[in-house]
Amino acid sequence: MEKHILLRDLDVPNIRDLAVYSQHEGYAAWKKAVTGMKPDEVITVVKDSGLRGRGGAGFPAGVKWSFIPKDVFPKYVTVNCDESEPGTFKDHHLIRHNPHQVIEGTALCAYAIGANVAYIYCRGEFREPAYELQKAIDDAYAAGLLGKNLFGSNYSLDIYVHLGAGAYICGEESALLESLEGKIGQPRLKPPFPAVSGLYSKPTVINNVETLANVPPIVLNGSAWYKQWGTEKSPGVKLFSVCGHVKNPGNYELPLGKYSIQELLEMAGGSMTGRPIKAVLPAGSSSPIIPASNFHAKLDYEAMAAIGSVLGSCSWIFMDDSVDMVWAARKMIRFFKHESCGKCTPCREGTHWALSVYDKLLSGKGTIEDVNLIGEVNKQIIGKCFCPLGEFATSSMTFTLKHFKQDYVDFIDQKKGGSDVYLKELARDHHLHELHSGVVSVNGIKVH
Amino acid sequence: MLKDKYKDRIAAIFAKYPPERKRSAVMPLLDIAQEEYGYCTEEAMREVAELCGIDPTEVKSVVGFYTMYYEKKVGKYVIDVCDDLPCVLRGADKFVNYCEQKLGIKAGETTPDGKITLNVVMCLAACDRAPMCQVNTAYHYDLTPDKFDKLVIELKKG
Ligand SMILES: Cc1cc2nc3c(=O)[nH]c(=O)nc-3n(C[C@H](O)[C@H](O)[C@H](O)COP(=O)(O)O)c2cc1C
Ligand code: SF4
Repeated sequence: MEKHILLRDLDVPNIRDLAVYSQHEGYAAWKKAVTGMKPDEVITVVKDSGLRGRGGAGFPAGVKWSFIPKDVFPKYVTVNCDESEPGTFKDHHLIRHNPHQVIEGTALCAYAIGANVAYIYCRGEFREPAYELQKAIDDAYAAGLLGKNLFGSNYSLDIYVHLGAGAYICGEESALLESLEGKIGQPRLKPPFPAVSGLYSKPTVINNVETLANVPPIVLNGSAWYKQWGTEKSPGVKLFSVCGHVKNPGNYELPLGKYSIQELLEMAGGSMTGRPIKAVLPAGSSSPIIPASNFHAKLDYEAMAAIGSVLGSCSWIFMDDSVDMVWAARKMIRFFKHESCGKCTPCREGTHWALSVYDKLLSGKGTIEDVNLIGEVNKQIIGKCFCPLGEFATSSMTFTLKHFKQDYVDFIDQKKGGSDVYLKELARDHHLHELHSGVVSVNGIKVH
Repeated sequence: MLKDKYKDRIAAIFAKYPPERKRSAVMPLLDIAQEEYGYCTEEAMREVAELCGIDPTEVKSVVGFYTMYYEKKVGKYVIDVCDDLPCVLRGADKFVNYCEQKLGIKAGETTPDGKITLNVVMCLAACDRAPMCQVNTAYHYDLTPDKFDKLVIELKKG
């Protein structure tokens, strides 16, 4: 695309500065809404645009906003900038390079639902980008774009940045709310959904950074304008974080449904190593892996579902044919074992046991029975967890076994376990584990 | 005492949340505590608990849950190298080996002079620029042994 809608920093240098952003229609939608639109009209245009949540689940944003009860006060907006899915780095880009568009989108959401306070929850590691974001917010206050009685109306809005401190689960919306309330980030039982009982038990909208960055141009230009991109069910543009074995990793902004996985790979320069690409994870470690034989699929929610995968957070990790899927699955399980919040047994214990079986394989002591055991452990987790994280953890096992069973068989037959590289990797993880024992804790209780 | 030394910063933090929701400030206050003491000391956790009007064990559970709070002394600089799947595909495993060799310590350990702690961590959302690491708050991208050598020289000075 020639002109970007989200990655506007690629077209307009220094758009991160308020002065530059303002010269390029910055805050025009905001002014238009507060001075000339009823909150419901903002909801309607976002609903009509068909914009779907970009945090993973793809729920229509305008529909979510319309669930907020009109007669309960206060209400809140919380922006999900926890971005911790391995392979995802799009929100990071937006808050660093185009922060005002995120702020403006947040403001429009708040106005639409009648909230006077919004919190932008950034993962703790985003300390420096969060300071920059805070500076952008300060500039917006100084310019009279945030604060009391905006544009002479009786509408007031405060936006605050809140930093997490390292926990993938805080990207899950209810865990995020717990964390924002100063507690450990463990998911809440749903229902009630946040629209009814969210932050401080008040009606709350939670949207991803990218979702909200789409809102200002939609409000300014209308829903028909936005729908010129994408498909009927997946309208608009989407950011694709592309990494792994590609020549040009980075964020790509593309209309949904226009290109195939193969074309995305080519846009990113193709294989970095010269070896053929074997597979891709389309939404980080959480997603069903896609073998190269399915790279013809188009990039939208429906087409991805049709090949048994997801669009999700859109973090594309390409892997060439040197990657052993047993190793890759272990890496992913290690992630989930580390990030399990510990609230429910199938996930907490299941990821622990799954990792120990993979460790056995990598150490060279595994047998084909252990491969079967993985399937068994997996079954004890699937459908039994309190929140989707446990489910995510299983997809690395389920789908590497489904599409790359031969890798597992070869791993045993050809005695690939026990290599120096694997032993070193295991030794490092175990050393860290020992150092952290008594330090790493789950639910405040010290565990393995 | 944090509450005297950082009076204004603490007031600004509490102003972000409803007055009856002081507990929301627990993490920002722990950030200050860690800045001040280097890690979350027992004393700091008690102070934070008092400021938020909650039990010290509640603060301690927060400290235990989130990976960025330290319960033990760490180096003046903490180098967190990502060794998650996307980074390793782009050479982060070999890079971690290099870091260990260069610093003469294993991941998880601190140099004898107390300057540098080396850690490996999960995805830091900068996979396109791997190998990468975070040193305290700052991200460093597209790392090579050469760049790491220069980084270590800088850190040892400071
Ligand atoms: C384990 C887990 C981690 C998640 N991490 C994130 C995240 O880092 N960022 C995000 O926007 N959504 C994340 N989500 C999805 C959120 O729960 C929620 O659906 C989303 O923030 C809603 O915003 P959207 O409708 O704009 O996508 C995660 C969900 C789960 C279950
Ligand atoms: S599935 Fe895992 S992350 Fe989710 S509540 Fe259970 S233990 Fe926590």
